[in-house]
Amino acid sequence: MSSPHLSPLVRGAREDNDRVPGILRRGSGFLDEPLRLGTTPSATVGPYLAIGLTWPDGPNAVAEGTPGAIWLRGRVFDGNGDLVPDAMVETWQADPDGRFAHPDDPRGAVTVPGFRGFARSDTVDGGAYAVRTLKPGPVPDGAGGWQAPHVDVSVFARGLLDRVVTRIYFADEAEANATDPVLAALPDDDARRTLIARPSEDGYVLDVHLQDCTAKGMVETVFFAV
Amino acid sequence: MTGTTSRDPRPPQESALVLPRYGREPEGSRTPVAFPGYRSTGLRAPLRTPVDLPHRLTEVTGPVLGEDRVTAADADLTLRMGGEAQGQRIIVYGRVLDSDGRPVPHALVEVWQANAAGRYRHVVDNWPAPLDPHFDGLGRVVTDALGRYEFTTIKPGAYPWGNHHNAWRPAHIHFSLFGTAFTQRLVTQMYFPDDSLFGQDPIFNAIPPTARHRAISRFDLERTQDNWALAYQWDIVLRGTDQTPFETDDDGDVA
Ligand SMILES: [Fe+3]
Repeated sequence: MSSPHLSPLVRGAREDNDRVPGILRRGSGFLDEPLRLGTTPSATVGPYLAIGLTWPDGPNAVAEGTPGAIWLRGRVFDGNGDLVPDAMVETWQADPDGRFAHPDDPRGAVTVPGFRGFARSDTVDGGAYAVRTLKPGPVPDGAGGWQAPHVDVSVFARGLLDRVVTRIYFADEAEANATDPVLAALPDDDARRTLIARPSEDGYVLDVHLQDCTAKGMVETVFFAV
Repeated sequence: MTGTTSRDPRPPQESALVLPRYGREPEGSRTPVAFPGYRSTGLRAPLRTPVDLPHRLTEVTGPVLGEDRVTAADADLTLRMGGEAQGQRIIVYGRVLDSDGRPVPHALVEVWQANAAGRYRHVVDNWPAPLDPHFDGLGRVVTDALGRYEFTTIKPGAYPWGNHHNAWRPAHIHFSLFGTAFTQRLVTQMYFPDDSLFGQDPIFNAIPPTARHRAISRFDLERTQDNWALAYQWDIVLRGTDQTPFETDDDGDVA
């Protein structure tokens, strides 16, 4: 029924409406999706991370004096092949028995006293990082097989708006590395080589290359989206 | 398997492990690693596409860091080296949640910031603004059982940084959080509402427009303290363990 209003603009307003009772619409006020909060966006650590992120025991994934402790060492390079003197490297890994110091490891706690599994090292000392730890053991791959011994690595720096993530594997675990599902998924041996640390006097060494530097023969490290 | 060493050959596992899986923020609302206007990203941000890493045991666990890393004094940045810091005293508080809305309890929160004049206590920062003898800019707190955190500080000043002509960082506080898994690790910056410097700051504008508001705290008159301090609220959301895939299949499948 149309309005008796004087104006044809009012009289002629459309009265049809195809809404059917009982059918929910967007904006109906009914929640029909699970609660989902947007995550907080990341930002660079900037050049002053030493203020907030320095710990006296930062480099110790395992307590000082633990038998069998080794050093994971390396340097961080940029796309000019120059050392990055204001980065921070964090490592997270299993103990020699392949267990994590964390309640979500369904197989139980770590077996080594004083093993934190986590370390952080800035690269203030000439662009080099150093982490005192124990060599990790093989870790279940979640599908009935095993991952080769490895360390998860986060690199933070001025100029990186988010951390970049990579892994450290060990050159003297060739057999385990050959069947590791993460290494196997990489395109070629050149890519795999960027993740494999070589033995040194006091542990292992692996440099991180944030970008290729062809002039100096440096290949960008494989980084992972987690 | 207890007692075996890394040298022993391992038998295949009986069955697959049941592990949480962490959702991923869609690309359109996640800060990219590189941003053209932020000069330092040019030689540092990797140029190749990162390889998807499915979430397995190493990724769904992470360091458990709590009370043992903080003292009570770490939550008050305004009282250092025997005296009171200069500047506008503020309380910064909020909750640490995951994207499913669950609080993250007993988790370490590390913060650092410039002083009221915009100067950091750091050898690299030598722009001509005064250091404050009673401010070092370092704070550490642990979330409570409900995921809440709170600290007292002074409002940091803006500072110039040479990225482009007349470049100034909006006032901000740096935050570092671990959550409970390697996948949840977050380093970020908290901003203050209505900062006039947002428009010219590439670090702020690197955040996709749909997510920028998540980096900005809210002035909270209710929590100001009479004759003492202003208050800002900022909730931090880490990735959650929901099974709902965000993107095609690069969330990382456990099994
Ligand atoms: Fe800053």
